[in-house]
Amino acid sequence: MKILVCISNVPDTTTKIKFLEGNTKLDTAGIQWVINPWDELSLTRALELKDDASAGVKGVTVAHVGGPASEPTIRKALAIGADDAIRINAEADDAYFVASQLAAAVKKENFDMILCGIESSDFNGSLVGGMLAELLGIPSVSAVSGIKIENGVPVLTREIDGGRETVTVPAPFVAIVQKGIAKEPRIAAMRGIMMARTKPIRVYEAEPCDKFTEIVSFEKPVARAACKFIDAENPKQLIELLQNEAKVI
Amino acid sequence: MSVLVFTENWDGRFKKSSFELVSYAVKTAAMLNTTATALSIGKVEESELKKLGNYGAAKIISIENDSLNILDNQAYTSAIAETASKEQSKVIILSNSNTGKALAPRLAARLKAGIGSGVSKLPLSTEPFTVYKRTYSGNAYAHQVIKSDVKILTLAQNSFELAETANNAVIEKGSASVDPSAIKTAVKDVQKQTGKILLTDAEVVVSGGRGMKSPDNWGPIEELASLLGAATACSRPVSDEGWRSHEEHTGQTGKIISPNLYIAVGISGATQHLAGISSSKYIVAINTDKDAPIFEAAQYGIIGDAMKVLPGLISAVKEMKK
Repeated sequence: MKILVCISNVPDTTTKIKFLEGNTKLDTAGIQWVINPWDELSLTRALELKDDASAGVKGVTVAHVGGPASEPTIRKALAIGADDAIRINAEADDAYFVASQLAAAVKKENFDMILCGIESSDFNGSLVGGMLAELLGIPSVSAVSGIKIENGVPVLTREIDGGRETVTVPAPFVAIVQKGIAKEPRIAAMRGIMMARTKPIRVYEAEPCDKFTEIVSFEKPVARAACKFIDAENPKQLIELLQNEAKVI
Repeated sequence: MSVLVFTENWDGRFKKSSFELVSYAVKTAAMLNTTATALSIGKVEESELKKLGNYGAAKIISIENDSLNILDNQAYTSAIAETASKEQSKVIILSNSNTGKALAPRLAARLKAGIGSGVSKLPLSTEPFTVYKRTYSGNAYAHQVIKSDVKILTLAQNSFELAETANNAVIEKGSASVDPSAIKTAVKDVQKQTGKILLTDAEVVVSGGRGMKSPDNWGPIEELASLLGAATACSRPVSDEGWRSHEEHTGQTGKIISPNLYIAVGISGATQHLAGISSSKYIVAINTDKDAPIFEAAQYGIIGDAMKVLPGLISAVKEMKK
């Protein structure tokens, strides 16, 4: 079984988000770029499955849509343990663009299971995984919080409102994964970092693609009113405020 | 050319989120000089379907098809696409729920429709069609233009007020040309959480962090939650330690919620936790540390020891309920 993990490049969580050019572009000065947290957890799960000889995972590939500046992020994924990588050479545009480029690359190769994080921490779209599956004409399972391989068959845990289901779909398929998929992201060890330098990254040129959406500007959230402090000796006052002022209880 | 709104049901019942979605679709339709048609898939009684009309749906299409009894993303996407085509819908609206996230992107790719996901306001304009959505995990909001002929929106949960209207809805039986053999998803078993209020549905949430010091101290949190009809939640370290179930973990890699009221007890307010709660209407923080970042996100705060403050809050709520 061959697993593909799609990864995107996002600003580290602690980045102070600012914009330039009249709030149309992210100010990338000083940003630390990291693998999108959900993608990192998917990659970790894929590697756990590969480590388990009984699971029959032959290889784990990562795919990324990005320019040459993304290479450090791809090398991080290789350092964590992916065997090889695909980079589609284009700046990531909207989700449909990213999914289309990934689909074109996937069609050139052969994967049994494709993992996508439920969303990226920059655009919070929750779109690429589903679009990719549709463009490939294959099944998808979303809200996946667990993947096991039993007798060579992937068995997925899907979260539903108030519970979970154990689900199977025929391969190849896309699993759109979220919290629970792995306990913690795997960390690259020194040896992994050194080996990453020589692992192959196949670069594909981008294919022409329709553009259906465009972000024209950003706005910062309205600053909320400063916190109103209530005396710890008088908690009743908080209840009164919540009832009469905020009207939420 | 009506706006099509896909309203999910749970065992044949709609929830508040379904009615918020219809209210949103009706107002969006009005901006486009048209009406909203609701689409329901599953076994839903007519008396329940009719409720969608209370929020302004002009037509309600109900598809009952045994092949669609479980969520197979491809089959549901086909059914929605087929209905949208028959109705000649130019705008299709779903919730940004687990199901919406599973279906909307497939639908968008199938129909070559631009999609604005997680929108939290009515479209900012119809020409060009511009939506408002959360980005950078709540640190910024984007104005996104959708240029395609057909447009899809998914509505962020708890972001739109219910709007009741006179009920003039017409109910129609719909159909989906789904072949049972085309269903690829097999559900081996289902585990349902019973009794407790679902965290993602709850209007009020009481949450505890490491500042609670021990899982043995959760009694007051549960009592307060019970009195307020609230769900309980926790920060990541608490679920990692095994003090509370992973179901309760709220934060960037846990549940992202938007209740009317979020009470954070003994939670410092790390960025990743705030990413899970920043869309809450009101945040209350109780913490011994006056410099805890949670106080920058909260509208109301008490600097104090949770174990001393909670009993006071509990008796005040009991008083209020008399």
